[in-house]
Amino acid sequence: MKAFTYERARTPAEAAAAAERHPGSRFIAGGTNLLDLMKLEIEAPPHLIDVNGLKLDKIEPVEDGGLRIGALVRNTDLASDPRVRRDYAVLARALLAGASAQLRNKATTAGNLLQRTRCPYFYDTNLPCNKRVPGSGCSAIGGYTRNHAIVGASDACIATHPSDMAVAMQLLDAGVETVRANGSTRVIPIADFYRLPGNTPHIENTLVSGELITSVVLPRPLGGYHAYRKVRDRASYAFALVSVAAVVQADGSGRVALGGVAHKPWRVAAADGAMPRGAGATSDALLAGARTTSENAYKVPLVRRTLESVLVDAKKG
Amino acid sequence: MDDLSDMKLSRRDLLITGAAAATSAAIPGAALAQASAQPAPPQPLNPPPAMVKTTLRVNGQARELTVDTRTTLLDALREHLKMSGTKKGCDQGQCGACTVIVNGRRINSCLSLAVMHDGDEVTTIEGLGRPGNLHPMQAAFVKHDGYQCGYCTPGQICSAVSVLEEIRAGIPSHVSADLNAKPLLSVDEIRERMSGNLCRCGAYSNILEAISEVGGVKA
Repeated sequence: MKAFTYERARTPAEAAAAAERHPGSRFIAGGTNLLDLMKLEIEAPPHLIDVNGLKLDKIEPVEDGGLRIGALVRNTDLASDPRVRRDYAVLARALLAGASAQLRNKATTAGNLLQRTRCPYFYDTNLPCNKRVPGSGCSAIGGYTRNHAIVGASDACIATHPSDMAVAMQLLDAGVETVRANGSTRVIPIADFYRLPGNTPHIENTLVSGELITSVVLPRPLGGYHAYRKVRDRASYAFALVSVAAVVQADGSGRVALGGVAHKPWRVAAADGAMPRGAGATSDALLAGARTTSENAYKVPLVRRTLESVLVDAKKG
Repeated sequence: MDDLSDMKLSRRDLLITGAAAATSAAIPGAALAQASAQPAPPQPLNPPPAMVKTTLRVNGQARELTVDTRTTLLDALREHLKMSGTKKGCDQGQCGACTVIVNGRRINSCLSLAVMHDGDEVTTIEGLGRPGNLHPMQAAFVKHDGYQCGYCTPGQICSAVSVLEEIRAGIPSHVSADLNAKPLLSVDEIRERMSGNLCRCGAYSNILEAISEVGGVKA
């Protein structure tokens, strides 16, 4: 690990200002992903700003019937909140399908959104990776691609986003609230939060340098049947091969998002519209234009079958 | 076996020496691979190592430390406080050998910085029970032979104690059928909740029996 200086921020504005004062610095909350990357020197911030003291650890109702989730709410606490379990079950299920209890006890809402890919070539510092070293090339393309993206990828990067929680947030149309060093705040709709890799896979979201996530806002509950179905190589504590997040209404309408298939949580407007026509039409819409390799082509039928299974369960209620 | 301190070379020192030798042997290969790869990325300007004072409350005792900011909670416990009960397995949050209980919650001490725990209550395996006065979970692991080599055991036991508390507190899990009901204490729940602790010897069935007995379920 490279050496760094360390400070504890007391307010969001103070944290954002500190980030502006220290180019290349990182905010740290749970640290479960950042420290892992720092040990490998994939991340090497010269300065860490500890944001755990910012008091952003509340879950509060908002006026239109939604919920505001503080950036520092731990994954365990978010999944355990009675309102989340009752009204946003897809989110609770996604959280509980991710990581281990030890990690969920540390990992925060904002940190989970900002998790970096688990592409093994991103982690192997002996090999080129456009995400780790811009312009160096992609070792995954032509490499072992069983876990890689099948939609939205580019010639520069075929990595997937690892988060389960973010797939549910995408499905629920969450808003990401932030503050910048000059004190200005904004809400980024989650649909605009993540970027496709294009030629700049090292830029993963639309936050500007030093911008701090303060909370995530959920719109009012959707009702319906909620499911988060994660398919992985073992029953627990593994990243998704594919995952399906869905909310299905009694009339068969609904919305769907996928994990494990793209550089970001994957949602397609036309797929939501296709849901009353069943899993085949919906997965065709979700995976239109998919580019697969012999190693990850299995994800196409796996998405369709997983969605089919979710829709069957939804009918049973 | 009670006191290894008078041995010239403890098992731990031997392991450390062995690890250093393995590392130095591996360096030439790594350097070659780097040379044939891309030019080095632009290095951010990192400062010289920074030392910070921090106080941990470990097993009820305040322990003041001055550590490099890079020191993990795990290394602070093992290398600075010489409490080697907490084990370093993968050092990247995948195996659970380093599990300790901080402010009542189990975490991976390898993925947390010591300076971020100033004032925190840390409970390690040494704080759960002592020889002659074992925690019920420790006693159950002994009774059911919940280990083979024993390396993952301190993490397994810290995790197991937390599992029962988490179920009691109503925290749901991936296998909880009804999210709105209080989770049940069952074998399936214990298995799922223990998935962050790996045992390469494969003592899982005995670990499950030990936890089930303390929790009061039939394994």
